[in-house]
Amino acid sequence: MATVSLKKLTKSYGPVAVVHGIDLEVADREFIALVGPSGCGKSTTLRMIAGLEDVSDGLIEIGGRKVNDLPPRSRNISMVFQSYALYPHMTVRENLGFSLKIAGAAKEEMDRRVAEASGILGLDQLLDRRPSQLSGGQRQRVAMGRAIVRDPDVFLFDEPLSNLDAKLRTQMRTEIKKLHAKVQSTVIYVTHDQVEAMTLADRIVIMRDGFIEQVGTPDEVFRRPQTRFVAGFIGSPPMNLHEAAVDDGQLLFASGERLPLPSQFKASVGTGDKVVFGLRPDDIYPTGHGISSGEDADVHQMDLPVTVTEPLGNETLVFAEFNGSDWVSRMLNPKPLRPGDRVKMSLDLSQAHLFSAETGKTLRG
Amino acid sequence: MDQNSLHRARNKALGIAHGVGLFLAMLVICLPGIWIVLSSLRPTVEIMAKPPVWIPRELSLDAYVAMFSGVGKGGIPVFDYFRNSLIISVTSTVIAIVIGMAGGYAFARYRFRAKSAMFLGLMLTRTVPGIALSLPLFFVFARLGIIDTHFGLILVYVALNVPFTIWLIDGFFRQVPKDLAEAAQIDGCTRWQAFWQVEFPLAGPGIASAGIFAFLTSWNEFALASQLTRSINSKTLPVGLLDYTAEFTIDWRGMCALAVVMIIPALTLTFIVQKHLVGGLTSGAVKG
Repeated sequence: MATVSLKKLTKSYGPVAVVHGIDLEVADREFIALVGPSGCGKSTTLRMIAGLEDVSDGLIEIGGRKVNDLPPRSRNISMVFQSYALYPHMTVRENLGFSLKIAGAAKEEMDRRVAEASGILGLDQLLDRRPSQLSGGQRQRVAMGRAIVRDPDVFLFDEPLSNLDAKLRTQMRTEIKKLHAKVQSTVIYVTHDQVEAMTLADRIVIMRDGFIEQVGTPDEVFRRPQTRFVAGFIGSPPMNLHEAAVDDGQLLFASGERLPLPSQFKASVGTGDKVVFGLRPDDIYPTGHGISSGEDADVHQMDLPVTVTEPLGNETLVFAEFNGSDWVSRMLNPKPLRPGDRVKMSLDLSQAHLFSAETGKTLRG
Repeated sequence: MDQNSLHRARNKALGIAHGVGLFLAMLVICLPGIWIVLSSLRPTVEIMAKPPVWIPRELSLDAYVAMFSGVGKGGIPVFDYFRNSLIISVTSTVIAIVIGMAGGYAFARYRFRAKSAMFLGLMLTRTVPGIALSLPLFFVFARLGIIDTHFGLILVYVALNVPFTIWLIDGFFRQVPKDLAEAAQIDGCTRWQAFWQVEFPLAGPGIASAGIFAFLTSWNEFALASQLTRSINSKTLPVGLLDYTAEFTIDWRGMCALAVVMIIPALTLTFIVQKHLVGGLTSGAVKG
């Protein structure tokens, strides 16, 4: 069990910097997800923690010990690769026991720990098979088993579920969560899937272009995004984000349409400011088909034309046109709507977000 | 005839045509070999006959008996030649494989300056015909005093084989996913252990085939060996074939018999190793 801390961690390939001096403290037994679009430096960061990439500058500490120059084997970590990276010439049993064999563990010890890991992951029937004889989900389990057997201080996951189909992914996600509850290790989990990050992690680190945009609990990054990028990245379907100008206590959109300036931002913006207005699909709904945010709700109503509907069973995503583009809204207890229908929409402005159009930072005071 | 039986008949005809075609192709490929074996067993008259005699009238092992019966009795020092060939081929193959593994691994796994240029340079050495090198090599070797030594020939064959083994082994290491060595390092291996425990076993079949190629090149090479060897100290089997040529005559039967002696070990080795040349060993390592 260990803490992990990154201090001014930098990675560059020649003149090209891909990670720009990031700082991060991971608490003992914490489940941290690094999330961001491809090329944001999340995998590189993970590989530096694993010792598979050299650190260009900065510091990595695991359990308070500087590990910058230690080889991977001396860091007491284990890693699950996106590709699983199972040894194809070994059986599942040998794959699981490989690290113990290298460490020179006794046969009984090895058998005991392999049995333990295979028990946790339900691999008992597969121990004598080779990786080529396993399905994707089974390979994924073996890869996790190999990580568990080492009993590491820190688990590193590099997009472990991205090669599985949607159903299996959901299933394995639950298993990873259970696993963390069981083994109680520090976990650093890289993914580009914000749903995975939200469901699994204690805290989420959102990265973009080699910088950390925001670190916070799933609730924080969802409800209080610090930047326009985070607002657009977290949440599915994504937040509606539209540029507007502040004009005499109102938001003036490019199409000439207006919305009242949400009261929580009245103090922080003034006439002439260029802003980005954001509203989650949950906070814009056909009147009577959403959940009010409670006493503080600041509901503004307007008629909008429906362009497309996407029924999901218990809810329907309704795309309605405003300011020249489609705004996605979530309709609970759906009623049938057809494109072209005009529908009365409720916009809960108390839940709205405003970001500076220039810096992308939140304007919340 | 209905459509079904028509289709069946056509499939059958195609099958037969396929078989006949294969037989003809194999016949063309195997005929020289069969001809050598046949010629080693029959008298010169029959070998030289025009039109050729396809079915031999008499077969005898005389040529083989003579070959092993010692110098002066129509024999040649076949054991010496065999020993030389074996020492030179095995040693040069082992060295070429070791260098080829190191080089192939470096080209497959590391980034370094002028990598493509170096690789191209290695390949370009293959474009120079060996025989074009024989004269300069002869001069240099004569100066160094390594004409007619095992060492000299081993040196030449290593130089001849290394670019090829590097190229071949590079390709096989590229097929082994990089993740595997990294996973092994995280599992507690040093880089060196990761190589021997994981990457080497997976590239093994490829390395073995590079080995066969290198061995056969050395075993069969004639042009350079004929220039750089003089006596039973270093003469190899292909050079030994020349012992059957006299001023006015060529003993075709003896030559064919020696050729058979040469082919047998090469054939045996290939059979032994080819069992291990199973492809697809890396399947299942990564997604898929």
